[in-house]
Amino acid sequence: MQRALVFAIAAWSGFFVMAIELLSGRILAPNFGNSIYVWGGIITVFMLALSLGYLLGGRFSIHNPTLLRLATLLVASAAATIPVILIGDAALDRIFDLVRDPRYGSLLSVTILFFAPVVLCGMVSPYAVRLLVDEYRLSGHYAGLLYFVSTFGSAAGTLATSFYLVLIFEIQQILVGLSAISVVLGLFAMTVGRKADALDR
Amino acid sequence: MRWIDNRALVVLTALLAAATQAWAQKTIHTERSLYRNIFVTEDDGLRCMKFLRVENAGRQSCQSLQEPEHLVFNYTRMMMGALYLNPSPRRILIVGLGGGTLPSALNGVLPGADIDIVEVDAAVTRVAERFFGFRKGPKLRVHEEDGRVFVKRALKKGERYDLVMLDAFDHEYIPEHLLTREFLQEVKGLLGDGGVVAANTFSGSRLYHHESVTYEAVFGTFFNLESNNRVILTRLGGLPSPADLGRNADLLDARLKRLGVEKTWLLPLFSTERTWQANARILTDQYSPSNLLNAK
Repeated sequence: MQRALVFAIAAWSGFFVMAIELLSGRILAPNFGNSIYVWGGIITVFMLALSLGYLLGGRFSIHNPTLLRLATLLVASAAATIPVILIGDAALDRIFDLVRDPRYGSLLSVTILFFAPVVLCGMVSPYAVRLLVDEYRLSGHYAGLLYFVSTFGSAAGTLATSFYLVLIFEIQQILVGLSAISVVLGLFAMTVGRKADALDR
Repeated sequence: MRWIDNRALVVLTALLAAATQAWAQKTIHTERSLYRNIFVTEDDGLRCMKFLRVENAGRQSCQSLQEPEHLVFNYTRMMMGALYLNPSPRRILIVGLGGGTLPSALNGVLPGADIDIVEVDAAVTRVAERFFGFRKGPKLRVHEEDGRVFVKRALKKGERYDLVMLDAFDHEYIPEHLLTREFLQEVKGLLGDGGVVAANTFSGSRLYHHESVTYEAVFGTFFNLESNNRVILTRLGGLPSPADLGRNADLLDARLKRLGVEKTWLLPLFSTERTWQANARILTDQYSPSNLLNAK
């Protein structure tokens, strides 16, 4: 059960990242357009945030790693997305007034709105690897499995969002839905994690 | 194994057919841009700017080599119908340059008008200048920018236009942020008294219903002109009467004839009939899957 949840969290986190990356393009378009440099800025910031997340997630996994803490990362990434939902448009209008060049305007906007949630998502993968590996010999095997699961989740998130979700829902509704799923999955994993911790003691 | 052979044969035949078609028309120039490859082809006295190599597909803009002033496509002629709603706009904004057909034509008809053109792709502007006789100048200014960003900035600066033409779509890709209620409201905000909007839009998919209700939500009643393409024409403060349309058409007739626009062809196309499903969902910045709606 614990292992299945580790994989589920990694897969969902991958789904979540790509879904919000695609949506960020739509959120920015009314103020900064959707020319190639807007997408360039989005991808740059998401990659930077993920790389930093990997670094931090790895460090964070050294001391006393638990499923409870992994689940907390997932819930935290959903919480960090709430400002996008609540004040996203107001922030974008303000940045539009302050920064004339849409290249830097979009870069700044993605950083302010999406950097934090994506760093937290990035932390999930290395942390999850640490929870799975119990034998030195199998570390590569588990790392591979985890990459498989989380990148597969990313592919699913990309397809689902760009082909179907935007055809049915409004952007805000999709963001709320994605965050809600993160919270539900996270809270469930937390209860399971707490029980397991209690048994260990 | 036989079905594999058959399939290979079908593929081969299709490839051959495509290759022959490509040879039948001469590609005289290929321009690479950040967004796409642009092809300039010549065929049967017609020079075209295309975003696809396939014959007659993806033609953005065409010019007759004999009569470069003549508007080749019905949609550009219908766009000129905007002048029937206001025959003497002084400030004009055009979103999307293409081969420069519309700005050049408007400049010819109204040499005194100040025309701003927004084109996101610098390569399109280069090709328009080199192959389609488009000339920038103090009356024809090109802004290399996203249309939405330009409109928003212009709105903040308090700019006003008498005519706004939206021509940033091609038949297969729509910049979705240029087909939402919020964008049209921003465009509306740019219009001076009696300002006119002309939009080149779609007719062949279920997007038709969505764009119709979206334009209706912002502008109220509009003229709907259809002939292969679809053009929407509307005016701030209400549409002119048929008599007014006729008067403006008479006024412009000599000048528009030079472009190949006949009022006897254009006037009957003006329709206010609601030929769409009124319950279609309005396109907004929150809900704008235009390309998905256009694909089905």
